[in-house]
Amino acid sequence: MDIKRVDEIIDQHNAEPSALIQILLQIQSENHWLPKEVLERISERLKVPMSRIQHITTFYKAFSLVPKGRHEVRVCMGTACHVRGAPRVLDRLQDLTGIQPGETDLDLKFTLETVNCLGCCALGPVVEINGKTYGNMAPSEMEKVLAQYE
Amino acid sequence: MSKGGKMPRLNSQEDLVRLREEILAKRDPKRPCVFVCNGTACIASGGLEVLKAFQEEIERQGINALVDTKGPGCSGFCERGPVVVIYPEEICYVKVRPEDVPEIVKETLIGKKVIERLLYQEPLTGEKEIHESDISFYKHQTRVLMGVKLDPRSIEDYIAIGGYSALSKALFQMTPEQVLEEVKKSNLRGRGGAGFPTGRKWETAKKAPGDIKYVIVNGDEGDPGAYMDRALLERNPHSVLEGLAIGAYAVGASEGFVYVRQEYPLALKHVLMAIEQAESYGLLGENILGTKFNFKVKVHQGAGAFVSGESSALMTAIEGKVGEPRPKYIRTSVKGIWGRPSVLNNVETWANVPLIINKGADWFRGYGTEKSSGTKIFSLVGKINNTGLVEVPMGVTLRDIIFKIGGGIRNGKRFKAVQTGGPSGGCLPEDMLDLKVDFDELTKAGSMMGSGGMIVMDEDTCMVDVARYFVDFLTEESCGKCVPCREGLRQMHKILTDITKGKASENALELLEDLAEVLTGASLCALGKSAANPFLSTLKYFREEYEAHIKGKRCPALVCKDLISYYIDPEKCQACMTCLRKCPAKAIDGGKNLIHIIDQDKCTKCGTCFEVCPSKFRAVRKISGEPVPERLPEEKRKIVRERKAQ
Repeated sequence: MDIKRVDEIIDQHNAEPSALIQILLQIQSENHWLPKEVLERISERLKVPMSRIQHITTFYKAFSLVPKGRHEVRVCMGTACHVRGAPRVLDRLQDLTGIQPGETDLDLKFTLETVNCLGCCALGPVVEINGKTYGNMAPSEMEKVLAQYE
Repeated sequence: MSKGGKMPRLNSQEDLVRLREEILAKRDPKRPCVFVCNGTACIASGGLEVLKAFQEEIERQGINALVDTKGPGCSGFCERGPVVVIYPEEICYVKVRPEDVPEIVKETLIGKKVIERLLYQEPLTGEKEIHESDISFYKHQTRVLMGVKLDPRSIEDYIAIGGYSALSKALFQMTPEQVLEEVKKSNLRGRGGAGFPTGRKWETAKKAPGDIKYVIVNGDEGDPGAYMDRALLERNPHSVLEGLAIGAYAVGASEGFVYVRQEYPLALKHVLMAIEQAESYGLLGENILGTKFNFKVKVHQGAGAFVSGESSALMTAIEGKVGEPRPKYIRTSVKGIWGRPSVLNNVETWANVPLIINKGADWFRGYGTEKSSGTKIFSLVGKINNTGLVEVPMGVTLRDIIFKIGGGIRNGKRFKAVQTGGPSGGCLPEDMLDLKVDFDELTKAGSMMGSGGMIVMDEDTCMVDVARYFVDFLTEESCGKCVPCREGLRQMHKILTDITKGKASENALELLEDLAEVLTGASLCALGKSAANPFLSTLKYFREEYEAHIKGKRCPALVCKDLISYYIDPEKCQACMTCLRKCPAKAIDGGKNLIHIIDQDKCTKCGTCFEVCPSKFRAVRKISGEPVPERLPEEKRKIVRERKAQ
């Protein structure tokens, strides 16, 4: 990621230490992961020690310290989806992609993630790929859904 | 705001009244208006495309000068989304697709005729309902908060229904003390879970020493299966901001925060938009409505941590640190953000405040029970016919919520339990269905109100699996600061997982009970203190299920993967090849006129065969606690079909 852009984002928040999480979120959403140089730059500009940044980036689920795949597959594991069969959908996705939740495949094609609740409980089990929601999923449908992504 | 000057800044109470009159004068209540629900769930079902199709079709028909379209936030009836309501007739269409739009415009908007096929059909009586308010899902609700009809992106819509008049009333006709008294008198209790009296919290902060105080909206709705706060922020963000401003006036704060969960992008967008609009009208910011009252609101986005919804953790997160809880020997209303008095209330709590100020504490107490006043929004999800958000007065029975409003259990199955209160809540069985839902009754029954999640479970839900699910959730979300929570949960999770695998020892339940006791007694924050609830309440009401897993190695609900096998009943299999083709593990052996058999070694237990087997055959069965019957000898596998007599 361009360091200039990082500076821009930091400036939007006036380099305030209290805006640390907001800055990290913005970079995460633009770049999809947080490279080390970026974190070092933030540490320098905000005058916040690296240890605290590491604490935050490993504590919250929203942050990733490794590059993500081209397609982010998020499986909702909320209670409503769970009782409607989400674990079996996740099992199938793991079989198909060969990766566990939190991992990215070697081709950087898919990143598989679980989320706690997307708030679309009426459509459960729900799978979200690159922000598009697929509702009422069943294990048998996953192959067809994934095939749409290159 | 960049448009500068365009928005009329309001400088007095009269200005607000005048603006409202101007807005209303411009509007014709008889003018047709199409509301296409644009809440998150309806968008996921295609709500945006439907709204666009309406706008295009109306344009094409050349009637855009006569009809309005709006995309309001979540109306709560997510099961049948996208929901379209056409005013002034209030004709309600469900599950509308873009292809239906030209017909709706032609028949209903222009021809004033109702399209039967798109109407909602009652699941129990089969009757079709034309008007939204006649639908049983809505009819039995009291929609004080959820009932307003407006475009959340338009402050004018909010002002038109009397928005910000409560703030104006508080500023011009009441002292901060009177506002506080009114809230105290209303008996409003925190909607976030614990049910702490809001007025008392405000009073503590008001009396606490210090000039700088904060008010905060807790929109970190982390309970899986609960989304009422998101819906409120999406559909009526101004009501939350107005409540917050009134609270700030009462306690003497000039800065406020809205903490929004990262997973709710639409809610965030609407809140940001609302703040900008309110500031440009002079309803937030400096010298609000021309008075000396200043109040600035900032938005803080969460980053995905359940524990950050806890008050002290949320405040540390706002300071830009890791959102971990701290011991609360001193309440956050005395020492909160940066050590200053801070009032933190849930989204729904704040949304109630303008109503209390406008209509009075007595009006509010007219709803609900003696100790729990007002209405509460529940998110009714799981194995229920009408998934959605339900607003009812406190004290309504579980049975009314689940069967009258929720339309009963899906696919005609039998009710088993309802889980309330989020991950730290509990499961209540069938004989508790007549329980009157309020803060105290739920706690007495071993569950809790929580933020209002209500997950309905049917006979196909395994209660041990549910307890394991919640403990798994909490293990993941425990911040790890205190040992009882971090280690206790991990051990509980291990034992519960063993139970669901049939590998637990005979004394597993005693061990779990010991762990639960330590966890409850010794944890630092509410997450750990209540983390054993899902286990304790399922054990209390469903002990026999635990014992079946431990002693019989059997899962009575046929859920736990390691304890069940899929089996094709040779008597019922018609060798239709459906399951054989769909099986992802290629574990089914068979062919045309050859009865199918599952190879148990290859089977991954994904359940696909069970789902796809045609309902007229129902040949696939799940079995648990007994061995799979012997493989059928080859000579008996052939199906000889008799030709149908012509």
